[in-house]
Amino acid sequence: MNYNWNWGIFFQPNPMGTGTYLDMLLSGLVLTLKTAALAWVIALITGSLVGVMRTLPSKGANWFGFAYVEFFRNMPLLVQLFLWFFVLPELLPKGAGTWLKQLPNAPFWTAAIGVGFFMSARVAVQLQAGIGSLPRGQKMAATALGLTTAQGYRYVLLPMAFRIILPPLTSEFLNTIKNTAVAITIGLLELTGQARSMQEFSFQVFEAFTAATLLYLLVNAVVVTAMRFLERWVAIPGYITGK
Amino acid sequence: MKHFRSIGLALAATFAVSQAGAQELTGTLKNIKDTGAITLGFRDSSIPFSYLDDNQKPVGFAMDICYKIVDAVKKELKLDKLEVKLNPVTSATRIPLMANGTIDLECGSTTNNAERQKQVAFTNTHFLTASRYVFKKSSGLKSIDDLKGKTVVSTAGTTNIKQLTEANVAKSLGANIIPAKDHAEAFLMVETDRAVAFVMDDILLASLVAGSKSPDDYAVSKDAFSKPEPYGIMLRKDDAAFKKVVDAATAALYTSGEAQKIYDKWFTAKIPPKGLNLNTPISAELKNEFAKPSDSPNPDDYK
Repeated sequence: MNYNWNWGIFFQPNPMGTGTYLDMLLSGLVLTLKTAALAWVIALITGSLVGVMRTLPSKGANWFGFAYVEFFRNMPLLVQLFLWFFVLPELLPKGAGTWLKQLPNAPFWTAAIGVGFFMSARVAVQLQAGIGSLPRGQKMAATALGLTTAQGYRYVLLPMAFRIILPPLTSEFLNTIKNTAVAITIGLLELTGQARSMQEFSFQVFEAFTAATLLYLLVNAVVVTAMRFLERWVAIPGYITGK
Repeated sequence: MKHFRSIGLALAATFAVSQAGAQELTGTLKNIKDTGAITLGFRDSSIPFSYLDDNQKPVGFAMDICYKIVDAVKKELKLDKLEVKLNPVTSATRIPLMANGTIDLECGSTTNNAERQKQVAFTNTHFLTASRYVFKKSSGLKSIDDLKGKTVVSTAGTTNIKQLTEANVAKSLGANIIPAKDHAEAFLMVETDRAVAFVMDDILLASLVAGSKSPDDYAVSKDAFSKPEPYGIMLRKDDAAFKKVVDAATAALYTSGEAQKIYDKWFTAKIPPKGLNLNTPISAELKNEFAKPSDSPNPDDYK
């Protein structure tokens, strides 16, 4: 192959005047982590609420949870971000739409919220499965103890269900980090976006994407290790998730 | 010792070439002769340089030039027939596909600059374009200074966004610069009032305006962020023999006046598929370049 490898490119100044090419990629990494962190908070909170709704005795809550999950799970993330960013402001009243469009850092908020909602549907399904996997007796025992439905979830069902779904949640968290890459479609220059910029400026395609790959791997390794510790920390001896 | 040997080898090679003449082919030329085919890389939406018409066939100004180069290569290699293969490329794939030998020429709207010349070579410049901005006439932006404190969009990874950033600092505009994924999206941001202006190569702006829902609503600025920068047909680096053939072919085309006809066909007349007219007569700089073809990446060389 007739390719001019140049690993020194990372230490050369980038044409934007913001330091070296490496600085460019690292600023992208920071943005990726920020977006992923906010998205994950949204995904966990909304996902938990919707997941619980899907297991409640109420028909209305069930139906809402079902509709929510199907809406956010079945549309490609790329399409969702496009809809939130470009289409939603046009559907709102003119004043509100303009306000939304002129919001500073609009791509960041749209990406974090969009990815968060998308992932929340997946968290909801995981949690529903986790609650469903508990023995039926647990719910009854909670009721027999005199706990209300809310208390039953708070003190009995959710602590167990979350322990059971911790490993799949790790993988959802990793997916959240990777899914932030879609945000380049709305102009957020996160890690993938910066790698693309770097290859456009310097034409050093392979170096740019090799570095981006390594950075993603590094972040994922940190997350996986941290989640292993968390799993061990919350494990209850004698249960399926404990040793 | 090693140096002497390589000098000796180089000398021997020079003699061998001069004696054997065109028989000793190397690199791309050898490959084309062996396979009987040349592969052109084209863009699917770089109007009017290289894009798909309604039959999904790549057409455009750069494509026409590439076909002339193909004719010259065919003549140089004394081939009866030369198969032309077409391969779509994007801004992300054009370098890998060039490096691994999938495409021999990239026919599009790629800016020739010094940084990129470390990786690839370019033949004689076929277009010159300066960085300007498109805006809605209703917003009444007269000059670059009117962009103060406004939201301005440009496409990520382009030389244009770099120039915009520099101007933002130099003229202390305090503009909020947002990067877009591609030109279509950046233009959409102006269309939907997310940004007041889109900074890009003026010719691409002209084609975006011509293709928009209401072309009369938009105008391209007189103020420019840069000197006119050259576009070139891209080829592999370090292949002097092939570059020589390609350079000779483009130089002959440009100086003969035929290039002017091809230019008019794409820039001042209706073009497929929708019959748009870009209404962009040839600039004095480009006319000059056609008279004295050059592959220089330096905008100062095209005055």
